[in-house]
Amino acid sequence: MNNRVIKVDYLARVEGEGQLLVKIKNDAVTDVKFSIIEPPRFFEAFLRGRHFTEAPDITARICGICPVAYQMSSCHAMESICGVKVDGALRELRRLLYCGEWIESHALHVFMLHAPDFLGYEDSIQMAKDHPDLVKNALKLKKIGNEIMILLGGREIHPINPKVGGFYKVPTKKQLQGLVEPLKWALDFAIESVKIMAGLEFPELERDYEFVSLRHPDEYPLCEGDIVSNKGIDIELSKFFDYFEEQHVPHSTSLHAVVKDRDDYLTGPMARYANNYDKLTPKAKKAAEDAGLPKVVLNPFKSIIVRAVEMVFACEEALRVVDEYKMPDKAYVEVKSKAGVGFGCSEAPRGICFHRYEIDDGGIIKDARILAPTSQNQKAIEKDLRQFVENHLDLSHEKMTWQCEQAIRNYDPCISCSCHFLNLQIERE
Amino acid sequence: MSPIKKPKLAVWKFASCDGCQLSLLDCEDELLAIADAVHIANFPEASRAVAKGPYDISLVEGSITTPHDAERIHKIRRSSKFLITIGACATSGGIQALRNFKDVNDFISIVYANPEYIETLNKSTPIADHVFVDFELRGCPINKYQLVEVLNAYLNGRKPNIPQYSVCVECKRKGNVCVMVATGAPCLGPVTQAGCGAICPTYQRGCFGCFGPKETPNTSSLADWYKNLKLSEDDIMRYFRSFNAFAEPFRKESEAHE
Ligand code: SF4
Repeated sequence: MNNRVIKVDYLARVEGEGQLLVKIKNDAVTDVKFSIIEPPRFFEAFLRGRHFTEAPDITARICGICPVAYQMSSCHAMESICGVKVDGALRELRRLLYCGEWIESHALHVFMLHAPDFLGYEDSIQMAKDHPDLVKNALKLKKIGNEIMILLGGREIHPINPKVGGFYKVPTKKQLQGLVEPLKWALDFAIESVKIMAGLEFPELERDYEFVSLRHPDEYPLCEGDIVSNKGIDIELSKFFDYFEEQHVPHSTSLHAVVKDRDDYLTGPMARYANNYDKLTPKAKKAAEDAGLPKVVLNPFKSIIVRAVEMVFACEEALRVVDEYKMPDKAYVEVKSKAGVGFGCSEAPRGICFHRYEIDDGGIIKDARILAPTSQNQKAIEKDLRQFVENHLDLSHEKMTWQCEQAIRNYDPCISCSCHFLNLQIERE
Repeated sequence: MSPIKKPKLAVWKFASCDGCQLSLLDCEDELLAIADAVHIANFPEASRAVAKGPYDISLVEGSITTPHDAERIHKIRRSSKFLITIGACATSGGIQALRNFKDVNDFISIVYANPEYIETLNKSTPIADHVFVDFELRGCPINKYQLVEVLNAYLNGRKPNIPQYSVCVECKRKGNVCVMVATGAPCLGPVTQAGCGAICPTYQRGCFGCFGPKETPNTSSLADWYKNLKLSEDDIMRYFRSFNAFAEPFRKESEAHE
């Protein structure tokens, strides 16, 4: 008879602080708690009273790993309130900046944080001893993502150049062309990475997820789109709270999001891929096909392959933007404040980052609501864990603990984000 | 060198965005060399392997915002030979110190439906308010090259070469045209410590103070300049009140415009 408690007090290789507790009694899982113990930082509260133009700089500080997501979602929200549309080359540069963040963040997660689980290392540095070229190339790829961020954003963490309306300064064509050679190498290595990741061994787990992502008529989504799911949701951003709600549970400083009258949902690479397969760039699609990846992936451990496919996409898309770029005359569109309510949503590497703001005539923020991707995934993570543990009760304690951690890392959880957001404990009584 | 003799490095997190510790992983060219020179004994963001203290160097990110963290920092101090704080959160309380100017209970109820589940302190405070700190590295985020310099210095028993002059000095050296003079953009450069490489003025925007106050900053004279640029009192207050809002000179100046 299996009675045990699996407990991880400080989950590693995730951004921020989380815990896991799984209780097993008489071969049944009696409790699964994935908690976020990150101290709350109250962004939504102190955004009140700030000027709308400050939102991109302030919200960036929610997360050092995906600041661009916060900057893009907040800029779009403010622009929609003020009736401004940022188009043409400026819109393209935003996509390019976002590709930089995807390359950097996906490379970090795929190789440095997640791959060691599959290959049996505590971390990427130990992994580097046996797989030196893999780690060196991974770092090189990550650096290319960061180089895009530095060129367009001024720096890799908390870029200073994006603003409501566009940018403070735009690069010359020549500056962008400097990215071509590194990006070509990155594209080749990303394609190889899809093969490498597809060759890993995957623990068994499949669930019938509700995949929630953005969808855009013309492109694989980054900054803009409607919110869709594989279970029938297809809505404008303004309808978000008609379909989704947040619940505050005692074991977490992060709020749990659910689909109203239904249940948990999944956002992030697997959702984007399932909902937007037809919009993948040619090489990304080919890499997925060559690796035998189905159009919908239901095993969350395989998210590592999907992330690699998205790295191919991001490199290909970045090369396209650089190639087609014509330097605009002005770095930004003038934005005059107007009282109103607006929404912004963009695809952070780990899922949709949803913002709602209300501002007054003078441009002062009256109310802010921000949903980070990881808080939206919390419930899906707990359900994955429950099913995984139930189906693998024969695993040793050590292996179970490790694979539970790995199951959480499937989501590339960014806990600093969601706390407004983790620690693993498995109890077998 | 045998692995046993390597100095032990630990990285600790308090209330923060993880950006400053990410700077270590962002040292793509130096990371493997650093991992060679030191034993990374505790760095949960990067590794599940944890070695017991004491540690030769502890890097501390984030501010103190909960009763539990106020205890935890003392344990870390006791097990560290050198304790170095990294980033505005750790050196001044960070952006989350905006709560220090308000009633935190109002904040809790804005964000959470069930405030009774949340345990937090009234104020977000820098690490040095709680324990002795050997060196404070500024920035939101820190500059990774400065981080490598500080690690190098402590590993080699010398003083880190981190300048304390203003962003203006860096800006002039880069040959930028002053954004405040040329475009009338308010800039915190004259009162902010260097370290970022004057990136904002280089991108044609005013500095917004990521690296906190420089030594003996004349904030009130700068505020007068802002008035000439037609900034409202509220604008001036907000300008001084961001990522280093609770650093003494910036705090006082923002309060003077409330
Ligand atoms: S100082 Fe800024 S970059 Fe560093 S942890 Fe705090 S918010 Fe993040």
